[in-house]
Amino acid sequence: MPEKTDDIELRLLLDSISRQYHYDFRGYSMASLKRRLGQGKEHFGCHTFSQLQDRVLHDSTVLPKLLSYLTVQVSELFRDPAYFRILRERVVPHLKTYPSLKVWVAGCSAGEEVYSLAILFREEGLESRTLIYGTDIDPTALKKAEAGVYELNRIPLFTKNHRRSGGKSSLSDYYTAGYGAAVFDKSLRRRVVFSDHSLVSDAVFAEVHLVSCRNVLIYFERDLQDRAIGLFKDSLTRKGFLGLGAKENLRFSKHADAFADFAREERIYQKRGAS
Amino acid sequence: MSGSRAEAIVIGASAGAVEALSAFLPTLPSDYPLPLLVVVHVPPDKNSLLAELFRAKCRVDVREAEDKEPILGSSVYFAPPDYHLLVELDKRLSLSSDEPVSFSRPSIDVLFESAADAYGPGLIGIILTGANSDGARGLRAILDAGGTGLVQDPTFAHAREMPQAAREACPEARTLSLEEIAAYLQEVVNPA
Repeated sequence: MPEKTDDIELRLLLDSISRQYHYDFRGYSMASLKRRLGQGKEHFGCHTFSQLQDRVLHDSTVLPKLLSYLTVQVSELFRDPAYFRILRERVVPHLKTYPSLKVWVAGCSAGEEVYSLAILFREEGLESRTLIYGTDIDPTALKKAEAGVYELNRIPLFTKNHRRSGGKSSLSDYYTAGYGAAVFDKSLRRRVVFSDHSLVSDAVFAEVHLVSCRNVLIYFERDLQDRAIGLFKDSLTRKGFLGLGAKENLRFSKHADAFADFAREERIYQKRGAS
Repeated sequence: MSGSRAEAIVIGASAGAVEALSAFLPTLPSDYPLPLLVVVHVPPDKNSLLAELFRAKCRVDVREAEDKEPILGSSVYFAPPDYHLLVELDKRLSLSSDEPVSFSRPSIDVLFESAADAYGPGLIGIILTGANSDGARGLRAILDAGGTGLVQDPTFAHAREMPQAAREACPEARTLSLEEIAAYLQEVVNPA
């Protein structure tokens, strides 16, 4: 089948964004990106990706808003409770042997996973020796993450997830509800740094003991997946842990040999020691 | 099909899905040449047993779809719970955790629209029983791309809203009983 017009336009739009703004989405999985950009196109009242390209190139206020369509913003506190339960029961005992700890949540979006880990580390008595980095490419998402404010109607799900993750306290200890929103306690951010970082173009920035990067790699094509996993490998200490999303794995990665299965079902890997 | 060969089949079902799928998936021979990609609405926090259930009943290979997996013939791929299933242009599967569409993740529309993009006229879309309208837009996209649309006869469906909505969006789709769908799947790969 010859390449369809809208697919040609989509490639050109991504090229333009990369050239002008240095955000490179060309290595992303196209099927879901096209769908999200289709929504962005409608939001800006454009009929074609070419029209959207014109807007992006000539109006610098468009891209920051378009980023929320280019990236995925959907998560929950303690999403996939079994993952957090295994972190708590099997990974934390290893982490407790270190005097100081660093954790990297790569692709943190609006911060749900960062707050989940901050709460878990406090419950497990590790908070004071831990620094959590939450990184994302979208400044708007990072601002939301900094604010730690979530819609009140999401709290019942968060609460259920937290309980099923083996939570040792009540989630309501960590937020104040009012005006339809739950505001998470500022003290949870004392040991958190939110920062702009791209898995596509940036380098390793710290040595960490745990990387949690869930439901990010599914948005990448193979080369980009390998780049990201390479960054995780180089960031992790010997015997450090890598947690992926429920449907992600390292099987086809060129870095697969650098990791061992730690909790197969929950997609937690452990970096092998130097051989 | 309008002169072009069938390359893949996509199926969407909701309430009553297991019974409806059981009427024709087990009839496929082990060397059935086409891949079948299936979205069934399942609760997000459940481990889906669909692949296991149908693996025991079917002669074709049945599995839960994995991200970036090449799509093979003689295989049924079920969307995993809580993820959308999509088809990339180079005919590989991909998963996404984008927000639910019409309250559903996986969403039939998301699978059908991306598959219509990838397969064009070579795609057959089938809407079965269900109590919502997911899939109607997706089947429209398949027909607009030159593909074929089949809808389970709502009169005999466990829940008729979904096939009804698909018929309204796609008047030219063929309305068939489950037995006729089973026969169609055989005919389309053995043209007389």
